[in-house]
Amino acid sequence: MANSATIVTNPDPIWGKLTLDSIPFHDPIILTTALVVIMVGGGVFGAIMYYGKLRYLWDEWLTSVDHKKIGIMYIIAAFIMLIRGFSDALLMRSQQALAVSESSGVGYLPPEHYDQIFTAHGVIMIFFVAMPLIVGLMNLVVPLQIGARDVAFPFLNSLSFWLFVVGAMLVNASLVVGEFAATGWLAYPPLSGLEYSPWVGVDYWLWALQISGVGTLLSGVNFFVTIIRMRAPGMSLMKMPVFTWTSLCANVLIILAFPILTVTITLLTLDRYIGTNFFTNELGGNQMMYVNLIWAWGHPEVYILILPAFGIFSEVTATFSRKRLFGYTSLVWATACIMFLSFIVWLHHFFTMGAGASVNAFFGIATMVISIPTGVKIFNWLFTMYKGRVTFDSPMWWTCAFLITFTIGGMTGVMLAIPAANFVLHNSLFLVAHFHNVIIGGALFGYFAGLTYWFPKATGFKLNETLGKWSAALWTIGFFLAFMPLYVLGFMGMTRRLNYYDNPVWNHWLLVAGVGALVILVAICVQFYQIFASIRDRKQNLDVTGDPWGGRTLEWATSSPPPFYNFARTPQVVDRDQFQYMKDHDLAFKQPADYSRIHMPKNTWAGIVIAVLSGIMGFAMVWHVWWLAIVSTLAMFGSFIVYTFQKNKDYYVEVDEVKAIENAYYARLKQTSKSDTQGEETETEPGVPLSMPA
Amino acid sequence: MATQTHGGAAHGSVKEYIWGLVWSIVLTAIPFALVMSGSLSNGLTLAIILLCAVAQVFVQLVFFLHMNGDSDQMWNTTSGVFIVLIVAIVVLGSIWIMQHLNHNMLMGH
Repeated sequence: MANSATIVTNPDPIWGKLTLDSIPFHDPIILTTALVVIMVGGGVFGAIMYYGKLRYLWDEWLTSVDHKKIGIMYIIAAFIMLIRGFSDALLMRSQQALAVSESSGVGYLPPEHYDQIFTAHGVIMIFFVAMPLIVGLMNLVVPLQIGARDVAFPFLNSLSFWLFVVGAMLVNASLVVGEFAATGWLAYPPLSGLEYSPWVGVDYWLWALQISGVGTLLSGVNFFVTIIRMRAPGMSLMKMPVFTWTSLCANVLIILAFPILTVTITLLTLDRYIGTNFFTNELGGNQMMYVNLIWAWGHPEVYILILPAFGIFSEVTATFSRKRLFGYTSLVWATACIMFLSFIVWLHHFFTMGAGASVNAFFGIATMVISIPTGVKIFNWLFTMYKGRVTFDSPMWWTCAFLITFTIGGMTGVMLAIPAANFVLHNSLFLVAHFHNVIIGGALFGYFAGLTYWFPKATGFKLNETLGKWSAALWTIGFFLAFMPLYVLGFMGMTRRLNYYDNPVWNHWLLVAGVGALVILVAICVQFYQIFASIRDRKQNLDVTGDPWGGRTLEWATSSPPPFYNFARTPQVVDRDQFQYMKDHDLAFKQPADYSRIHMPKNTWAGIVIAVLSGIMGFAMVWHVWWLAIVSTLAMFGSFIVYTFQKNKDYYVEVDEVKAIENAYYARLKQTSKSDTQGEETETEPGVPLSMPA
Repeated sequence: MATQTHGGAAHGSVKEYIWGLVWSIVLTAIPFALVMSGSLSNGLTLAIILLCAVAQVFVQLVFFLHMNGDSDQMWNTTSGVFIVLIVAIVVLGSIWIMQHLNHNMLMGH
């Protein structure tokens, strides 16, 4: 850890600040973790080499520009990072359950380690779990829902993904080489300034977020253009599926908010690297400006996370209620209102920092106003279910769990929005309970619903339903056990981020919260087992028709998994629930008489290469290895220039190939004697080969 | 991809670019002239510089980035207006907030 002996003040020209002391050999927890990670990683790599799959991996996945594959990779990466982020959560819960008093124990985590853990937990869960889950789902679904062949800028999409991976890798590298920030997930100065955080933790934070943030911004631009420009003919804005609408609004937020993050982080970087004084206490610097700017990004960010989840719930509710979404127009307008309002509420994150009554009143009221469009949506979903033929498949379990949990979280949010009450609740565990309530019970449950719902589309087989329901139930119970006590503790005056306390009354509640975390651990284990079991038993769960749930929107109109070109012929859209319309008018599952050749982008090495170089640049900057930073930056720009001069970026899929793939799909359809289109009725014959189009 | 075209964005005419250049030069020359001659008061000079800067932004958007009211320009113009709105909210909001914080927390006193 950051003991003064390891802090190098005059960096070596070759190694920068990097010394052998930077690796915490003395810390058994970190060393064991590192060894396990290295062994697992080495094992996976060894297996890839042993089976000679490196070439396949490189050609089919790592260099792929196929939005479906990139989406799947985002989601896999998110689940890996979930393990890391959740381990941090368990460490915190156990520390707080144990650290009761001097006499009965202070826990097992020293403060400087504990501070890194809660910082890493926040950073990982927001940037490297929630963001990739939602960007992954957007990748998987949006182009299919609008009837497009890929995103507008396929190479940028690959670059975005790899920049995100590099950011995640930098955070993980900090575990083994050096330290992570011990500042809280938003790294407020002056604590994050050079004076109080002299070693490399904050620098890791800066470069990880800067690199992955640029990736997110590129994604935002990419999907905005995709949705605006590449919709199938006939799909007017008000005929777009709701998930596409909410993704569009989330991407507008990304485009407008992420530059603020980029600039703010850059200013802090300048403060730390070249001695400017933007956020210091001297020479006209003002650390409150940092807080102001970071939340001008941070508040839209939470809506970037939640809006697409709202879209998922809308799709799921309509599909499993077997009727049109109630109040489509109001839901779209509610989303647009939230998109705008999310830009005029950021001060509610720092009501107590000294703004006067007029400022606090304005931002308090603006915050409460957001609950109105959000409430509209709750009624949209409830009335969609009302008089619908609701079937409780596992996505619906997540949805119902969400409706209850999120409503509670929304109401505690309105409580926090009252400036006077905020002076009591700010910085307490009440706040921690509130934002976990909306992010877990709102965003995360939505992503899990979406994962279950679209899993068969991505892979060609459904997830195990029984295990899915178990994990939804356990997540919900675990959530309530883990976070309701934190509301109580907040009222009892317990502040957040405590490494140690000496009030024995709090301990009972923290023990309950610890049990809740363990229940969530079981839920996560069930989820991993669910994925494993579903892959093992995939032949029992095959989705041959491409429409396993009785879906209503275009993504279900193609096979599962879709061919790499998505749709052999671009669909003509006439209805909001286009696929339902096709089924109602007997237009679905009909093979067209002829095909034409399809224009597709080629895979490219450029995304992964440029991103890896940016990762080397980030690592070099963290450790002040200037020569390496310069070399990798030049290489980064160089490879981008080389890429732009490549002429051979696209190709045509000839009619014969399209015909062969499509004929195989329609042959499979016939074979299963499709009894109409209802997902439940499409029983598959065992032994139908699982086909993965190249 | 295959089915997409370059969404109808105009690439402008020589006449447009020349008008843009002329306007940019005029709007840049005015502030320079004012500062160098020093004939007006400081406050007035600052106000005029600010006005010229804002006008210059619009000149560049219209003549060089070809934003206008055409129907095929609708998305560019709408996004432009929305971005200006959000930037205004963030900038003015920040000024308002920071003024309050400075006043109440006695910064610089």
